[in-house]
Amino acid sequence: MITSEATKERIEIPLADKSLSAERIAYLDGLVSRARVAAAIFTQFTQQDVDRIVKPMVLAGLAQAQYLARIAVEETRLGVMEDKVIKNMVASEFVYNYVKDRRTVGVIREFPERNLIEMAEPIGVLFSLTPITNPTSTVLFKCIVAIKTRNAVIFSPHPRAWKCCSEAVRIMYETALKHGAPEGVFSCLDTPTLPDNAYLMHHKDVGLIDATGGPGVVKAAYSSGKPALGVGAGNTPVYLEKTADLNTAVVDIIISKTFDNGTICASEQTVAIDDEIYDAALQKFSDLGAHICSEEETRLLERTVIDPQTGFMQPMAVGQKAADIARFIGLKVKPGTKLLIAPIHGVGREHPLSAEKLFPVLAVYRAKSTADALQVCIDVNHAGGLGHTGVIFSRNDEIIRKFGEVINAGRIIVNSPGAIGALGAVYNDLVPTFSFGCGTGGGNSTTDNVNIYHYLNIKRLARRTQNHMWFRVPNQIYFNMNAVENLRQFPSRTTVIITNPALEQFGHVDLVRRHLCPKTHVHVSVIPDAEPEVKVIDEVVETLKFYKADQIIALGGGSIIDAAKIMKLKYESPDADLEYLAAPFLDLRKRVVEYPTEKTSHARLIAIPTTSGTGSEVTPFAVLTDKQRGRKVTLADYSLSPDVAIVDPQFVMSMPKALTADTGIDCLTHALEAGVSNYASPYTDSNAMQAIRLAFKYLPIAYEHPQDEEARCMMHNAACIAAMAFSNASVGVNHALAHALGARFGIAHGRANALLLPHVIAYNAAVPAKFMPSPYSQGYVAHKKYALVADLLNLGGYTVDEKVAKLIDAIEQLLDRLDFPRSIAELGISKEEFEKAMPELVKNAFDDPSWRSNPRMPLMTEMVELFWQGYQGRGSAKPKEKLESQNV
Amino acid sequence: MATKAVFLIPDEQHVSSALEDAGLRLKGGSGELVLDFSTVRRIDASGLRALEQFANAADGKALKVVLRGVNITLYRTLKLVKLTPRFSFTSELS
Repeated sequence: MITSEATKERIEIPLADKSLSAERIAYLDGLVSRARVAAAIFTQFTQQDVDRIVKPMVLAGLAQAQYLARIAVEETRLGVMEDKVIKNMVASEFVYNYVKDRRTVGVIREFPERNLIEMAEPIGVLFSLTPITNPTSTVLFKCIVAIKTRNAVIFSPHPRAWKCCSEAVRIMYETALKHGAPEGVFSCLDTPTLPDNAYLMHHKDVGLIDATGGPGVVKAAYSSGKPALGVGAGNTPVYLEKTADLNTAVVDIIISKTFDNGTICASEQTVAIDDEIYDAALQKFSDLGAHICSEEETRLLERTVIDPQTGFMQPMAVGQKAADIARFIGLKVKPGTKLLIAPIHGVGREHPLSAEKLFPVLAVYRAKSTADALQVCIDVNHAGGLGHTGVIFSRNDEIIRKFGEVINAGRIIVNSPGAIGALGAVYNDLVPTFSFGCGTGGGNSTTDNVNIYHYLNIKRLARRTQNHMWFRVPNQIYFNMNAVENLRQFPSRTTVIITNPALEQFGHVDLVRRHLCPKTHVHVSVIPDAEPEVKVIDEVVETLKFYKADQIIALGGGSIIDAAKIMKLKYESPDADLEYLAAPFLDLRKRVVEYPTEKTSHARLIAIPTTSGTGSEVTPFAVLTDKQRGRKVTLADYSLSPDVAIVDPQFVMSMPKALTADTGIDCLTHALEAGVSNYASPYTDSNAMQAIRLAFKYLPIAYEHPQDEEARCMMHNAACIAAMAFSNASVGVNHALAHALGARFGIAHGRANALLLPHVIAYNAAVPAKFMPSPYSQGYVAHKKYALVADLLNLGGYTVDEKVAKLIDAIEQLLDRLDFPRSIAELGISKEEFEKAMPELVKNAFDDPSWRSNPRMPLMTEMVELFWQGYQGRGSAKPKEKLESQNV
Repeated sequence: MATKAVFLIPDEQHVSSALEDAGLRLKGGSGELVLDFSTVRRIDASGLRALEQFANAADGKALKVVLRGVNITLYRTLKLVKLTPRFSFTSELS
């Protein structure tokens, strides 16, 4: 029997309706109210409670599968009773098999390695529209999934499937109730109408609309403003590729296309068949009971089963047997014909049979090539099937993957029947469902096979994660007087010493040369003692290549060692793009750029510092100047760290007094900033504290008595130890400000640090206006760590505040002793000039990455204030808003 | 002088009947009425209905109805059915 009402829902459901009577509204509100109470009660249920209800429901579904299938066919006049029995059983048994051991209450999944737990939160009340094509199976499926997830559902079946659906709801509800489900957990609209649907779609107590049906229903659901699962129509393209197992493929397609008379929207619609197997395939279809239409018969089909006005299938044909359709349109076929196969020559409105056909009519296309077949499949996919299902039969994995790549479908079914394959769990491991998500292509929110996880709000309980930290330094550090003698243990064929002119004159190069392995060929590259320029780097790299150097010795201050780090990088990895490698980053471990790991040459880098401050001999940083572009490039990566550091004080014995003071305060600032850094760890703390102790004790001696070997040695060690701390904990806002100040007014780095240091300590020790997000820190501890430093230095004081004040005083006294200027003003910079420079100073300081590890997040206004404090000078640094005054 | 009466709701099976008994007290109409839910693990539809009726009956009376010892799961259920604004809650023991 052929029906005449539209099955494919194309009616626009009104978004709001005022035509409902007060009685009808009261009825609908009553359904929602009951469902809301049921859902609320359901929240008290445990997983065991829920599972105790689900199983008997499944058994009831299985027991009533035949009954429900029979009444579905009787009512809808669509499909095949036997197939509907199978659908009901799949909706019960296969769905149960998937959900039975899955947790849907409380903690549902745990990811201990990520400190993450997923927890289930029921949605509450669902409003569910069910289709005419799969009526009872969809109801069984949704009921089981809803109970498993502790939700209540109000069903609105397709009006022409109301009786069978309401009977399925009744069976599920009574079984659920008997086993403990809350009253009102399921209900079914008595006589569903479009205004009813519109009203419920907008009801404030409906949490989710689950619309399985045609585009009209889905669009209305999504247009309601409610969260919705709208899953609907398709147009499944099939590629029958020449390497396919033809016997299996043809049988599978017949199974699928005739299953429930083709009512499953994932069933095959148009098959592109490779030319090489086209005739054989059609012969097999014919042998197995399909009727292959002539051109004339195809024209007849086009005119009758597809609406010429809309291009959509005629409802009269939906879910009907092939033989009945043939009889109805006057097509002569053999008795028992299973399938009508219509050859077509293209896709689109001019080829009507390329549209979706939820009945046993299959379009076939003779493909001249793989490209031709794929193109036709794409065209079918885009003619109403986006996001739904695609099917391929092939043994060629490359073509299977290509098909998957070019077809936009939530399900790509391979070498299996499309309809049953898409349902999941029968022919494959897809999640079993009766609702196919079609993604954005189909106007849906998901491409998934809808199941339990779509009926849950999944909460993520994310515990604080302590990211892994590190402590990385060169694995060989030789220190104390005559440590240079250790050079002997490093065999080298060709060593290039990179140094500056002054050090060569002092005889330091000869000293190094004397301690190299015998027979080492030595070349000396003398470069200017300033931040290295790109041009200089390139020249020395050419030298390294020329001599095929296997060892580089950087002999000098921070600039020379930085230069050598970059030279080594470019020598070993000539393609390294310094500009690219200098890209900014927030967290070293999550940095976007990667330093080269493939190397064309290898050279050991030995750093021999000749100043006691930068600590570049153990740091992973290097700064170079790009004069052409007028900018500095900062590189940071542990691969830049020297392989060996030789911290021998004989190279600093002749350091001038001012340089001793500048570099010494740089060392102290490194240690103090690393100590309070958000990246500080017990490993870096131990280094920072020791460096602070050494600097406080020995810096004044080294400054006042430059020939004091012990003081020089200890300051040399302090610089290296402080560098080990800040290499791993980084520095802070003091450095950011000092970089900007030094660059703008040509102030030596250590001096610039000194002008700001007391003020920054006071700033960090006060209550922050803005805390810095940091997973590594536990509470705000900067002030307490400064107090610990004060204790370490035996500065006295009882409370934290007193100790911080004493530390600031001690630093100011040290700076005085080192003859540092007391203010920026003392450098001869006028107030007007400083004020004029302020925007640039703040901009550059804020761009500087150093402050990102500062314990307190510096606001730009605070940077202005700190600069002005530095300008006004020492003696005024006090925390503004004191943190707790407690004993530590 | 205001009075205070405490009614123990023994378990989930007896929410309705216990509330019925407590309801008699509403007729007196003043003071504080404490419904002790500390032994109630969960509530069903009939219990919720009884609570709602109790709240309706208490409306307009000079009587403060306090639910004591409501476990957090049950509290959430009452929240979902919008009954929480109609009662006071306390976790204090008598």
